[in-house]
Amino acid sequence: MHRTGALFGQFETLEQQKDTASLGMWIFLVTEVMFFGGIMLAYTINRHSYFHAFAMGSKTLSLKLGTTNTVVLLASSFTMAMGVWSAQVGKKKLLPMFLALTITLGFIFFGIKYVEYAQKFHHHLVPGRNFDITYCVNNPSRCEDMSAEEIDAERVELQEAQAADPDLNAHAQLYYSAYFGMTGLHALHMVIGAGLLFWLLRESLKGRFTPEWNTPVDLVGLYWHFVDIVWIYLYPLLYLIDRHN
Amino acid sequence: MSAESTKTTGPEPKFPEKHYLNASYGIRSWLLTTDHKRIALLYLASVTFFFFIGGFFAMMIRLHLLTPSGYLLSADTYNRMFTMHGVAMIFFFLIPSIPAVLGNFLIPLMVGAKDLAFPKINLLSWYIYIIGGCFTLYSMVSGGLDTGWTFYTPLSTVYSNSAVAPAVVGIFITGFSSILTGLNFLVTVHTMRAPGMTWFRLPLFVWAHYATSVVMILGTPVIAITLALAAMERLFGLGFFNPAMGGDPILFQHLFWFYSHPAVYIMILPAMGVISELIPTFARKKLFGYHFVAAASLAIAVIGFLVWTHHMFLTGQSTYAALAFSFLTFLVAIPSAVKVFNWTATLFGGSISFDTPMLYAFGFLGLFLIGGLTGLFLGCLGVDMHVHDTYFVVAHFHYIMVGGAVMGYLGGLHFWWPKITGRMYPEWLARIAALVLFVGFNLTFFPQFLLGYLGMPRRYHVYPPEFQVYNVMSTAGASILAVGYLLPMIYLTWAAFYGKVAGNNPWPATGLEWTTASPPPTENFEVTPVVTWEAYDFHSRPELGLDVPGTPSGVVAPAHGHD
Amino acid sequence: MQSPLPFFPEQASNFAGNVDALFLFILLTCLFFAVLVTVLAIYAAFKYRRTSPGEVGSTVHGNTMLEIGWTVIPLVIALGMFSWGAVIYVNYRTAPKDTLDIYVVGKQWMWKLQQPNGKREINELHVPVNRDIKLILGSEDVIHNFYVPAFRVKMDVVPGRYNTMWFRPTKIGKYHFFCSQYCGTNHAVMGGYVTVMDPAEYAAWLSDEAGNVDPVSAGEKLFTQLACVTCHIANGTGRAPSLNGVYGAKVLLADGTTVTADDAYIRESILLPKAKIVAGYQPVMPTFQGLVSEEQILNLTAYIKSLQSQPVPAKGAGIAPANAGKK
Repeated sequence: MHRTGALFGQFETLEQQKDTASLGMWIFLVTEVMFFGGIMLAYTINRHSYFHAFAMGSKTLSLKLGTTNTVVLLASSFTMAMGVWSAQVGKKKLLPMFLALTITLGFIFFGIKYVEYAQKFHHHLVPGRNFDITYCVNNPSRCEDMSAEEIDAERVELQEAQAADPDLNAHAQLYYSAYFGMTGLHALHMVIGAGLLFWLLRESLKGRFTPEWNTPVDLVGLYWHFVDIVWIYLYPLLYLIDRHN
Repeated sequence: MSAESTKTTGPEPKFPEKHYLNASYGIRSWLLTTDHKRIALLYLASVTFFFFIGGFFAMMIRLHLLTPSGYLLSADTYNRMFTMHGVAMIFFFLIPSIPAVLGNFLIPLMVGAKDLAFPKINLLSWYIYIIGGCFTLYSMVSGGLDTGWTFYTPLSTVYSNSAVAPAVVGIFITGFSSILTGLNFLVTVHTMRAPGMTWFRLPLFVWAHYATSVVMILGTPVIAITLALAAMERLFGLGFFNPAMGGDPILFQHLFWFYSHPAVYIMILPAMGVISELIPTFARKKLFGYHFVAAASLAIAVIGFLVWTHHMFLTGQSTYAALAFSFLTFLVAIPSAVKVFNWTATLFGGSISFDTPMLYAFGFLGLFLIGGLTGLFLGCLGVDMHVHDTYFVVAHFHYIMVGGAVMGYLGGLHFWWPKITGRMYPEWLARIAALVLFVGFNLTFFPQFLLGYLGMPRRYHVYPPEFQVYNVMSTAGASILAVGYLLPMIYLTWAAFYGKVAGNNPWPATGLEWTTASPPPTENFEVTPVVTWEAYDFHSRPELGLDVPGTPSGVVAPAHGHD
Repeated sequence: MQSPLPFFPEQASNFAGNVDALFLFILLTCLFFAVLVTVLAIYAAFKYRRTSPGEVGSTVHGNTMLEIGWTVIPLVIALGMFSWGAVIYVNYRTAPKDTLDIYVVGKQWMWKLQQPNGKREINELHVPVNRDIKLILGSEDVIHNFYVPAFRVKMDVVPGRYNTMWFRPTKIGKYHFFCSQYCGTNHAVMGGYVTVMDPAEYAAWLSDEAGNVDPVSAGEKLFTQLACVTCHIANGTGRAPSLNGVYGAKVLLADGTTVTADDAYIRESILLPKAKIVAGYQPVMPTFQGLVSEEQILNLTAYIKSLQSQPVPAKGAGIAPANAGKK
């Protein structure tokens, strides 16, 4: 088959094969832009209609964890790019190392995300029957992971928000629908990316990628960078609403 | 005139010994094939299956509407019938049909390649289609779907008691089949053309599929996310579209129609591509205005993304928005009109024969004309305020999708059947079937324009008695239409095994696909072709054996692509 | 209807004539081009039919002037159609100032209409002829659409917002109206008749009391229909507090605060029951968000208000005891 990077049957030259694969991946990424675009539109319209609820929702997110995740993903894009470079210049030992680093950073991202999601479940911030944006403020003993100062700060914000929007809870639920929808979709794409990276790691350990042929590394790199870019959009949209105080 | 008389004299064609159909045997060789031609046949079988399903529901609808007070089905059952008719026909028949069957089979042949750019992804796209189809079939048998194929919220997400979630998941999954097909086509046309096959020598069938593929990859992801959000709303109580939670049902409509309007261009552009092949072939003349027709395909694809709100003129949206979208809707009609004029102009000075594919082309011309022109009524704000959501709309889109797309599909199937199977279909029976289809179709759907203007709303399981006469006419027509569909299914299947051997180029036509054997070998061409001629150029192709001035006499159509 | 094969509904509003005229204009224009293309195609099919098996066509394959011509001319005509339609539509979307306003609520699967003086109708609309009528449309559940073919007007009825439409009936008579946006099982039977009357007769009809419904009795019916009565038992033995005497009184909540049971409190209790729990009771009341209309809430409130004078049970009352009231 294609274990040594030889020509597939339908192509005439290796260059045609590489150009084709590349173009295919770019077009696929365009479809991903349209896919995320839909939910971003829903987010935008709802944020415009219910700004106070969205601001309140955003403030219940941990800026520390979100920023850390952003740095982690940016770093993983760097290690991924280094991996692609290693393949291109034939550094066959460095490539698996960079891939492994990228995977590790990806898992750190998952870990932090898990902590965040668990917190949301605990704090009654998952859309559904039990959703309650006031839960931690009204039940500080149930939200042990929040300090007294954090709860007080949130109480003040909550009162302001409720004054501005009597239906705050319903609209905050929309924020959280967007939060889980967008980060969930993003996480799903990262899981797929991690899977692809594992496969790449395995193949790279067999020495399969050479300067003449390293298309899979290239394409997975493109995909990983795209997923990173999506997060770069999600981070300010979800974590940074009205944070300038 | 039969196919024989359009062919020049020569030795009886021989069936090739080795070709893609007998290259390997056994069910695994079909289910695990990466040959675009076999995948096309897999799609042919599956879209035909869904056509039967959609057709069954259509039959139930028309039978039930014979009387005004609903004698056959309960309200809930009727509502499931029309919903599932729409879902099956649109997502599982119309959208895949021409691209996945004819496009898959022909595009590599037409550009001179051995296969599509990504053969394995091609097979994957068929499996994705099947899996999506299974989910949707499950929805149909486990309680049915009664939301309308448009899934408007909050009816679909909160109030419906039918199997919405599996259907929505099924359509979501099948969308990826569409995306992957479009991706494959785009890349193939960009990187896999044979030497000499420049962009402006490409057959217009390829241009049409290129434009369709652009729409597929830009539009389909949006319906995917829309249905995903709707499914999450139904299953997990998310509230983007639910007014009780501060959400907006109109947001759903915007997101839904942003795809579903371009989707109708996914359905019609390939059919237009077929017509652009049929008319030059059977008029033996270059297509009039090749560049303009190619540009028109792209214009339809682009402008088609800018008109979606014309489905929402009466939702209470801003008047300015309505004005803008009505204006754009009138704009999108223009490239279609340009195409119709160019097709008609091609006939002048031609040498026209009336083989079955050409009959379908003429039928398309007439029916698409009516369908397209009636779109003007709907795009016009002052008329839409009366006929929106009435049978006028139903008639309009059936004229385009059935009178247009299905005619194009059948015309293409007949035209390329000899290439696909190596055998000719029975010409006279095929012509009769085409005529039956044309008559049945008009009788079914023309009365619906009248019903619409009289005020009969759509999706009604009972109706005021004064609408009965037109409804009975429509049902009568539908029974004739059914015969018109059954006939080709029967004789095309028969012909695949017992039809007269066709030879490389029975018509003859000028495309690259006709220079190779019928059926083609797995690798399509023994030698990579080098193209030196323009599309539809009968005058510079002496090997076709036609009476072109300057051809030495005695040259006979070789009917083989590789001697 | 007139003949068994009619083409047009009656023209009974100010819009009908205009819409029909526009329709005819588009029809004749389209007919012209359709016939033109058809005749040309058939003519060419005959004139250029193949005469010998090997015959080919000419090499003519383009004409830029023709392309420009048949792009520009249809464009101009299309813009004409657009403009005429736009004018009618803008007029339709801009209700005149002095209209007779009627409130219309669509729900699965009926229409409730309320005249300016409060008189209510179900699946019927009475209007005076030659008067500008504005309908304010609301939905209680899914999207519906109010459509009167004889008037050539329709408008979606969308939950979560109000839409308006207007028309001026020009002919006395009875005209069908339909629901014209699929809304579930009985979408097709969700209609009725618009009766256009002479203004004097309309005035007489309007002042006839028979159609009015007293909010308190409507509320009482709802209280039973919605099963409120199963928990809010009057003698205080139910899962929920008795509502006797509650309206206007102070209520003691689970968190120790008290609140006055006014209209807003009653509305909130119906829609967001978990917001304030009465002391000594479990938060088990289901929400009626999406299940009751504003109108029904008003009727329930009226009924609950009427319970002010009912005897308050010693145990199981919603009212706070006299010594409560610390924050």
